[in-house]
Amino acid sequence: MNKPEIKEILEIVDSCNPKVREKIDDEFVEEIYITASRIVSRSVKKKVNGFEQFELRLDQLLTSKYFGFPLMMLLLAGVFFLTIKGANYPSKLLASMFFWLEGQLKILFNYFNSPWWLTGFLIDGVYRATAWVVSVMFPPMAIFFPIFTILEDAGYLPRVAFNLDKLFKWAGAHGKQALTMGMGFGCNAAGVVSTRIIDSPRERLIAILTNNFVPCNGRWPLIIMLASVFIAASFPASISSIVASGVVVAVTIFGIIITLLVSKILSKTLLKGEPSAFKLELPPYRKPQILRILYTSFIDRTLFVLGRAVTMAAPSGGLIWLLGNIYVNGKTLMSFGVDFLNPIGKAIGLDGAILLAYIIAIPANEIIIPTIIMIYSNQTKMIELEINQLKDLFLQNEWTVLTAVCLMLFSLLHYPCSTTTWTIYKETRSIKWTILSNLIPLAVAFIICFFVYRIGILFL
Amino acid sequence: MFGRKTKNQNLNFVQIEILPSRKTKVVALAGNPNTGKSTIFNRLTGLKQHTGNWPGKTVSRAEGEFILNDEKFLLIDLPGTYSLLSTSEDEEIARDFILFGNPDATVIVCDASALERNLNLAFQIMQITNRCLLCINLIDEAKRKGIEIDKDVLEKELGIPVIFTNARSGEGIDELKEKIYAIANRIIKPNPRKIHLRKEIQEKVDKLKPLIEKAFPGIYSSEWIALRLLEGDKKIRAAVENGNLLEMINKGLENGNGELK
Repeated sequence: MNKPEIKEILEIVDSCNPKVREKIDDEFVEEIYITASRIVSRSVKKKVNGFEQFELRLDQLLTSKYFGFPLMMLLLAGVFFLTIKGANYPSKLLASMFFWLEGQLKILFNYFNSPWWLTGFLIDGVYRATAWVVSVMFPPMAIFFPIFTILEDAGYLPRVAFNLDKLFKWAGAHGKQALTMGMGFGCNAAGVVSTRIIDSPRERLIAILTNNFVPCNGRWPLIIMLASVFIAASFPASISSIVASGVVVAVTIFGIIITLLVSKILSKTLLKGEPSAFKLELPPYRKPQILRILYTSFIDRTLFVLGRAVTMAAPSGGLIWLLGNIYVNGKTLMSFGVDFLNPIGKAIGLDGAILLAYIIAIPANEIIIPTIIMIYSNQTKMIELEINQLKDLFLQNEWTVLTAVCLMLFSLLHYPCSTTTWTIYKETRSIKWTILSNLIPLAVAFIICFFVYRIGILFL
Repeated sequence: MFGRKTKNQNLNFVQIEILPSRKTKVVALAGNPNTGKSTIFNRLTGLKQHTGNWPGKTVSRAEGEFILNDEKFLLIDLPGTYSLLSTSEDEEIARDFILFGNPDATVIVCDASALERNLNLAFQIMQITNRCLLCINLIDEAKRKGIEIDKDVLEKELGIPVIFTNARSGEGIDELKEKIYAIANRIIKPNPRKIHLRKEIQEKVDKLKPLIEKAFPGIYSSEWIALRLLEGDKKIRAAVENGNLLEMINKGLENGNGELK
């Protein structure tokens, strides 16, 4: 088509200032919102009843400039406090039960004259990893998920998104990203899928690439455990749970800060653009249906996650046992791996065993701690399934508070588990972005742990 | 009665024979999700409906017929969307149909309890076509919540007819049909309120409009095309560059009526 008008049309279009053009859609939508709200205020009348009045007040408080954030932190800390405090006793109970069962199983195996390698593989490997995952993860999840679901069900999470909206706008990202992060607290793979609520492909990619920075429930137990065992333990018992929840909140906030910073950097470099306008509607508060919540959070979340962890833990436990018992030139395969990774690990405040655990645990973050324990116990031939004896094991392996801090940060940042990576590929259909979704967190994790460690040793 | 989803999703869209000279008027049904749009569709068409997919898409499509004053109307149910600006499949289908399908009337279904949010889509449609009307559904639910809507003020502000309906009970459906009839037959000529952009853009749009109309005779939403071009819509730009825009319109007209041919 060579009509002169077409040429003229394109010339006019191209002569327009690109900065102005970029904002047309946003300005258009904003103008619509302004007009719509004016028209509605003229034509729609609403009688406000008592409950709505209460809702309005509550919204003003929960999303207020000054109280919104502190209240959010307080609620989060409260949830963690209940989880840590409440999970302590059942965890111990489960652990001692499993330990007793381990002894009985060993007697049974010996009775049948089972060869040492079979007993080792099945009991020291498969059984122990599984028992660990269940006793450490099950109680906190059984408390955390229902409480979190109650907050979700009551309508609090959209208010969180509202509070965070401004920050995300600053980062050049979409305010709804806060909601996808909320999903990520449960499971990053679910968080990645939930980014579909973001229309703009650019902002959606940012949300996908940074979802990893919110700790999923596979990572909560590690953070919670290290916070209570290493950091809070040096405080008097009466306040140690409060300190521990404070530490977990701090780690979570750090994750949000990293999310914002990485989003900002992405929106200035690889994914340039302006944040798009959207209208976030705060849904009415609802009375949570407690029974339904208990049921769904138990079946859908707790058992689902636990099932996944166990199916991952069992073979990994076997694998670790094999690595620790196959000798080449008088050295176990595991020692080769640990020795090889040690210098890299030491540089960022960790060690070879931890990095090896992270490689073995790529399928599921849940089994990091059991894996580390098994690597250590394989080297030192000592393990009790008691949580309190854990600290001794770690101390024997030259852990300090700084190691715990670096490990918490590494766990928060590192890379998504293989399920999440696969989900990212399915959602983006791009190998490039899938690889980047792993490389960016890995780089961030190494850089931050390196600096935290370097600065940390100056003070300790 | 029937949801929009069909049992056999692979079923190809059953095209109802529409000859270019045919007199059947085409009515599009647009609206946000969860506004009771499907119920309105079922109320209007009864059992005379066909379901399938949009050509080449995975989005399901429903269309049906209704007769008023001895005249047959073809009702096309567009995908429920919040906006027409994004590149999602649903929004593209809805936008392309209103833009190129040249419907004789477009019904914008709204949820009476969430009017403000629903007006976003309404304004975008009003920007594209003059021949539209606002159907405020779920009016009974809103009344229960203590929401009162002043129809006259709203009509004056928006410049298009406003009808209150409660599709589940059938309330307001007759009036809706009458208004559709009147708009499709040009008895009523709505003059929807347009959104004005900043001067810099509006000037360019005003300059572009006559040029687009001249280059592509038969186009009736030149303002929207101009805006999309300025915004940088690659699909529309490519269509303008190689002259496909007219073909798109003609393709759209195959789904609609042939009045402009």
